[in-house]
Amino acid sequence: MKYAYYPGCSLESGSAAYDKSVKAVIEQLGFGLDELDDWNCCGATEYFSQNELVATSVIARNLALVDDRHDQLVAPCAACFLNLKKTDKLLAEQPKIRGKVDQALAAGGLRYRPGRVQVRHLLDVLYTDIGEQAIKAKVVQPLTGLRVAPYYGCQIVRPLNGFDNPEYPMKLDEMFTWLGAEVVDYPVKAHCCGGHMTQISEENAFELIRRLLQSAADYRADLILCMCPMCQLNMDMYQGRVNNFFNTKFKLPIVYFTQMLGVALGIDMKKLGFGKELVAAEPVIRGKLEGQTAAATK
Amino acid sequence: MVAESHAAHLSQFMKDVMADTPGGQKVVHCLQCGSCGGSCPNGAEMDFTPRAVFAMIAADRREAVLKANTMWQCVSCYLCTVRCPQEIPITEIMYTLKRMAIREGKAGGSDAPALARTFTDFVDRYGRSFEFGIATRYLLFNKPLSMLKMGGAGMSMFAKGRLALTPTKIRQVKQLQAIINKAKELSKED
Ligand code: SF4
Ligand code: SF4
Ligand code: SF4
Ligand code: SF4
Repeated sequence: MKYAYYPGCSLESGSAAYDKSVKAVIEQLGFGLDELDDWNCCGATEYFSQNELVATSVIARNLALVDDRHDQLVAPCAACFLNLKKTDKLLAEQPKIRGKVDQALAAGGLRYRPGRVQVRHLLDVLYTDIGEQAIKAKVVQPLTGLRVAPYYGCQIVRPLNGFDNPEYPMKLDEMFTWLGAEVVDYPVKAHCCGGHMTQISEENAFELIRRLLQSAADYRADLILCMCPMCQLNMDMYQGRVNNFFNTKFKLPIVYFTQMLGVALGIDMKKLGFGKELVAAEPVIRGKLEGQTAAATK
Repeated sequence: MVAESHAAHLSQFMKDVMADTPGGQKVVHCLQCGSCGGSCPNGAEMDFTPRAVFAMIAADRREAVLKANTMWQCVSCYLCTVRCPQEIPITEIMYTLKRMAIREGKAGGSDAPALARTFTDFVDRYGRSFEFGIATRYLLFNKPLSMLKMGGAGMSMFAKGRLALTPTKIRQVKQLQAIINKAKELSKED
């Protein structure tokens, strides 16, 4: 298996911390991930609300760009992952759409045979292909004492992922027990963060975000782990506004799971993109982990 | 045979929804069980829950459905879809209703179509986009006052280098545009 990497637009700017930490972790684990050359935006949900054929064709261009040397396409973003996967399935199952998408791709001199590329979410690759032993063997800073709340959101586990339970996923939970963290089993881990609802109706969005923060806080999480730029943005950037709106005092750092995996692998926090989040994560992490080391040496 | 006599009774609206949604034929099997509406994180904010929408589609209440906020309140979380006992592709039908509402000029009450267009305009021109910049740009031009509300958070994002103002341009933007134009042309057929 050879892996091509589809970072998605969010990782270029708004979520550079995700991109940085993915690259650092992959390198540390001695794994190859080659960025797809000249990839285009997957369109998120926005083309699908306008024109399905355009939506599918725009996504199919990315599948067609994966060269013969690669057979896996890895996406770190929930929306990109679902879009790529959904499109591959649509092309395989709907000959009418496929016929038209073929013509559209041909206008750009491209071709794609459905099923040629396997679309994977980054978590699946880390969990399944790299796996417990290889990861455990490289842990130099166990996350002992740190209470993490894994957040899956929607589109990684629903509707198509095929690697975890759509309503009660466990893979990220398991991975963080490998790393020695205390994993918080809170009930909203696969609930929705509202996606782009902040732009449509702020009040509705705030309520969805509040439920997540409240539940993680009720279960005494030190931080929330996420695997999607949009989820991170919603819970981090809007946390202050949610606090104002509901008169709450949440102060929960929202970090990418790859950032914390990187800490456990002993990678310098600067190389993992810490400091870009609005609710600062470093003090919480250092406090917990140093407290632990101090307790151990006593 | 049964299927054919059945088809004769389908509302025009139902036929259109089915034709426009991959796997959409299943919508006739809706049991009105309400699992979808009960699961929906935004059900309470919707004019009609998904369950009610399916009843209205069967009853040919096209105008009322296409003017409703239901599909614009949908955030594509797919919870309804994985729970539906009849495996109806509910989330995909929400996308279909969005497209129909835009096409038939019924989407006036929502900012969502304009936001979607702002987003895809970027992709059409550059090949790339970004979630956060979209909203900002859209708000800047359309609702400058709500930009002020964003205030602190927007500025902090900017200061942290998390708010780019233009997307990166891909090399083969012409190729992408050729694909998009062809797809647009083909979608006008039938
Ligand atoms: S999810 Fe958003 S940011 Fe990521 S590629 Fe797709 S559209 Fe662009
Ligand atoms: S949790 Fe949020 S950002 Fe993530 S997939 Fe669901 S709606 Fe999209
Ligand atoms: S869950 Fe499925 S069967 Fe039940 S009301 Fe909704 S669409 Fe109909
Ligand atoms: S996909 Fe849309 S309609 Fe279905 S539960 Fe989620 S928000 Fe509600």
